Amino acid sequence: MSGARRSPTGGLIDRSRSITFRFNGKEYSGHPGDTLASALLAQGVRLFGRSFKYHRPRGVVGAGAEEPNALVQLGEGAYSTPNLRATQIELYQGLTARTINGWPSLSFDIGSINNWLARLLPAGFYYKTFMWPRSAWMRYERHIRRAAGLGIAPTAPDPDRYDKMHRHCDVLVVGGGPAGLMAALAAARAGARVILADEQPRFGGSLLHTDARIGGESALDWVDATLSELKANSNVTLLPRSTVTGYYDHNFLVINERRIHHLGPGQADPRISRERLWRVRASQVVLATGAIERPLVFGSNDAPGVMLCSAVSTYIRRYGVVPGQRGAVFTNNDSGYQAAVDMAWAGMEVNAVIDLRPSPAGQAVETVEALGIPVHAGHVVCGTRSNAQGLNRIELARLTDNGSDILSYKGLLDCQVLAISGGWSPTVHLHSQSGAKAVFDEELACFVPGNSVQAERSAGSSAGTFDLAGCLSAGAGAGVAAARASGWSGDNLDIPMAIGGQCGSIQACWEVPSTELDSTGLKKFLDFQNDTTVADIKLAAREGYRSIEHVKRYTALGFGTDQGKLGNINGMAILAKALGQTLNDTGTTTFRPNYTPVTFGAISGRAIGEDKFDPIRKSAIHSWHARQGAEFENVGQWKRPWYYPRDGEDMPTAVNRECTATRQGVGVLDASTLGKIDIKGPDAAEFLNRLYTNRWDKLQPGRCRYGFMLGEDGMIMDDGVTTCLGPDHYLMTTTTGGAAAVMGWMERWLQTEWPKLKVFLTSVTDHWSVMSVAGPRSRQLLEDVGCDFDLAAGAFPFMAVREGSVAGIAARVSRISFSGELAFEVSVDANFGLALWEAVMEAGHRFDITPYGTEAMHVLRAEKGYVIVGQDTDGSVTPLDLGMQWIVSESKDFIGKRSLSRSDTARDNRKQLVGLRTSDPQQVLPEGAQLVNAPSESRPVPMIGHVSSSYFSANLGRSIALALVKGGASRMGGTVYAQLMDGAIVPAVITSAVFLDPENERQRQEAV
Amino acid sequence: MLQIDCPWCGSRDQDEFQCGGEAHIVRPATPEDLSDAQWADYLFNRANTKGAHAEQWCHSGGCRRWFNIVRDTVSYKISSVYQAGASPPQEKP
Ligand SMILES: [Zn+2]
Repeated sequence: MSGARRSPTGGLIDRSRSITFRFNGKEYSGHPGDTLASALLAQGVRLFGRSFKYHRPRGVVGAGAEEPNALVQLGEGAYSTPNLRATQIELYQGLTARTINGWPSLSFDIGSINNWLARLLPAGFYYKTFMWPRSAWMRYERHIRRAAGLGIAPTAPDPDRYDKMHRHCDVLVVGGGPAGLMAALAAARAGARVILADEQPRFGGSLLHTDARIGGESALDWVDATLSELKANSNVTLLPRSTVTGYYDHNFLVINERRIHHLGPGQADPRISRERLWRVRASQVVLATGAIERPLVFGSNDAPGVMLCSAVSTYIRRYGVVPGQRGAVFTNNDSGYQAAVDMAWAGMEVNAVIDLRPSPAGQAVETVEALGIPVHAGHVVCGTRSNAQGLNRIELARLTDNGSDILSYKGLLDCQVLAISGGWSPTVHLHSQSGAKAVFDEELACFVPGNSVQAERSAGSSAGTFDLAGCLSAGAGAGVAAARASGWSGDNLDIPMAIGGQCGSIQACWEVPSTELDSTGLKKFLDFQNDTTVADIKLAAREGYRSIEHVKRYTALGFGTDQGKLGNINGMAILAKALGQTLNDTGTTTFRPNYTPVTFGAISGRAIGEDKFDPIRKSAIHSWHARQGAEFENVGQWKRPWYYPRDGEDMPTAVNRECTATRQGVGVLDASTLGKIDIKGPDAAEFLNRLYTNRWDKLQPGRCRYGFMLGEDGMIMDDGVTTCLGPDHYLMTTTTGGAAAVMGWMERWLQTEWPKLKVFLTSVTDHWSVMSVAGPRSRQLLEDVGCDFDLAAGAFPFMAVREGSVAGIAARVSRISFSGELAFEVSVDANFGLALWEAVMEAGHRFDITPYGTEAMHVLRAEKGYVIVGQDTDGSVTPLDLGMQWIVSESKDFIGKRSLSRSDTARDNRKQLVGLRTSDPQQVLPEGAQLVNAPSESRPVPMIGHVSSSYFSANLGRSIALALVKGGASRMGGTVYAQLMDGAIVPAVITSAVFLDPENERQRQEAV
Repeated sequence: MLQIDCPWCGSRDQDEFQCGGEAHIVRPATPEDLSDAQWADYLFNRANTKGAHAEQWCHSGGCRRWFNIVRDTVSYKISSVYQAGASPPQEKP
């Protein structure tokens, strides 16, 4: 047994109360104040998971965000959250958690076979093996992911709510340790609006696990006094359990606040959201984010029981956990000695402090020696031995005088806990995210913040100040400076006297040397989560990798959920050495948001569900469609009736019925969703001339015209009918989905390029309800409805517009047709839309009037070869490609005109619009099907085009398709082949895109 | 997220704006007179400046007015905001 236990007294836990919880199905207990990790450690649990690649047993290494091993799936069902660090989960009654990377079980792990095959799994193994051929990767990926044991996202909807907060502040202080508390105090006293955020449930940072004294009182008393003052100040917002996860441009920072996680699922007041995402614009930022201790890198340094010195101190002092019976310390700096002091204080047998420095001296050494703990100077731990419970022995060796090699092996030493310290890495993540560059400091052997790019300053150990007195002073200075920079005039603070928390020299060590004698082949791990070893980094360097960014991706260093908080700096240093560079030459990988993972719930906030993710737009007639049982289709933000099934009809039956009825009797379509832009002003016609490919200056009031709008690259952007309502007054219609973009496009040209044009634009899309009445009976129907003007062809010709009254409602009626039938588009004030619709439906009984949806509309227009912008065009199609030269004016300039004569747009083998007829009239080609000239076994087969629209036409009794085919206009009667996903090859004959009534006799109906 | 001073509405989050790319690209008066290369230069080629970059922005979620800013493409600092059609302010030596 390891001898781990709960200490009889001490720690910031509430021993008067017990909490029961389950881990991997077994019941345990702990106390309020515990984390999942501390409670488990106190009950002798050492094995927390298995590693990514070799499936080696792993234990807790750290005590906070840096923890790479102890990842769990927390909670059940909809509350379940994957990949959380056990070191940061506050214990609550009834908590359940399980290891995410122990499949199929922690004790018997099939993946550990990988360990025996280790020589076959070098760096880049996954790339080399699985990325080619790609199809193989798709087969393996599922199994690899399962074996790798990433957590599982819950499938049920999230039962909790999430909120966003938007704040401005003068000073945002990140981190509530000694430096951050002083900074907040100084800024608050100066009068600044302060936000102080800390990721932990309690403020205090390193002071939560120290015996240091500040201002003559215990450090914790000082923290309490400081917090009382901050709480009493209404300008201060204190955010515990809040991680500043991202630092973006112009001092915009994001804070993820976890409000109720610590209470357990369903325990909080339901009015309280689970998490809040604070979006903060800070005038000044103080980064007091602390530092993360670095591991030392030696053989089998991943044994459960090897922990950071600071973690050992934290478990002992803060959580009252004795992590084992026997302990030892391996360090290259003075701070590691504190773990020996703390272990002795907790009653552990401390066998040795192994210090790789040849002659450590000073107060830390003296304190440890006074406790009777032997100090082995110039020695290293070069390997570990484990039993079923993890670490039980360490192997000692003596270094040569220059420290570069092993001089002699010194045998094995019993211990269940090895506390390691390779120095400290300032948490420069946010500083780096702000756009600044961390620089390597040789004396401190760490990266420290470089020059600020944004309004931020680092203070305390995040700036490389590792002693307590220095942190207090630096924090106070940064707080005052930040307040002053945001316009306040604060005084300097008195710095309270600090006793304890000293810091001494460090001797950088990135890798404990091994010798030729060392035939054990022990792996030296850098990244515990991804099993990246020293050998992997060196292999990458040998294989020619030079950039740290490439090495990262090749070896997976820092790829895990911990993003390399523990291992990256060691890895970068080893690469630098292998490349013969300085660490500043090699640099760091890019620090990107988020510092720790953020849930999707927090990111989406309230913007979820059908009604809040995106606005839903409904026409004024929507309720009628819904009552008729229409199926709806999303078009942009609009809900449009797709088809109206009657008596259990399926979709093809309903659509065929709607198409037939419209061509034989009369159909009605709700066309209200088309974009409408009111254009006024003396230069309106000139503006239209510049926007559209055709001419507008001769269009008379009471007439309308169809137009194409091109991008300046000559490609079709939008289309629609524009009506001249009067002198200098037009109403433009756009596609339903393109309305906002067209409005923006027009505004942009008017404001930036043609500010002298006197034109005013107003979006009136929602002002009008539009009903398209189509079919041979449409004229009779409107006469029945009641219309106060002459509908006869002679009086009301095609492409004319009349204003008057329809069914007693003021209306504008246009003789336009998108179906190819005689048709009237009736527009009324949207408030009367439903009344008009119902009046028309009522009058239409005797014609068996049929409402039709967008699907029938698509079929009807395809029968006529009318394109839909965005379906038959895709941003690479010109009007000439559609065979519509007639709409392109030769006699004026317009946006995109010059591009139509560029060599690429003018060539004759461009993809051109054609019709396709399959030899089997029942076969409907899938839209998007690729077309080839000849089916071929040899791949790749040259693609010559694709099917853009394809339907069964009930009116024609056969399938029809529109397609874009290279040089299609000159290939009428030729055959192309569609190669389908299932391997079938379907021949089709190229025809005109107009399948029905090429002379347009139906829509003109001039004879009637 | 940038913070942009709309000349009409004041300082607002980038969320409310839309970037229109490089400013001061004038549409040729007579496109038909241009060679393919000249037209392509207007249509496609942009300076891709490292440093001070004059660019168009629209306060699309606000007043919907287009205006110009000079923004450093490395530091993202915005050194000036001026109206559409105006000349970029001369850089101080
Ligand atoms: Zn504005």
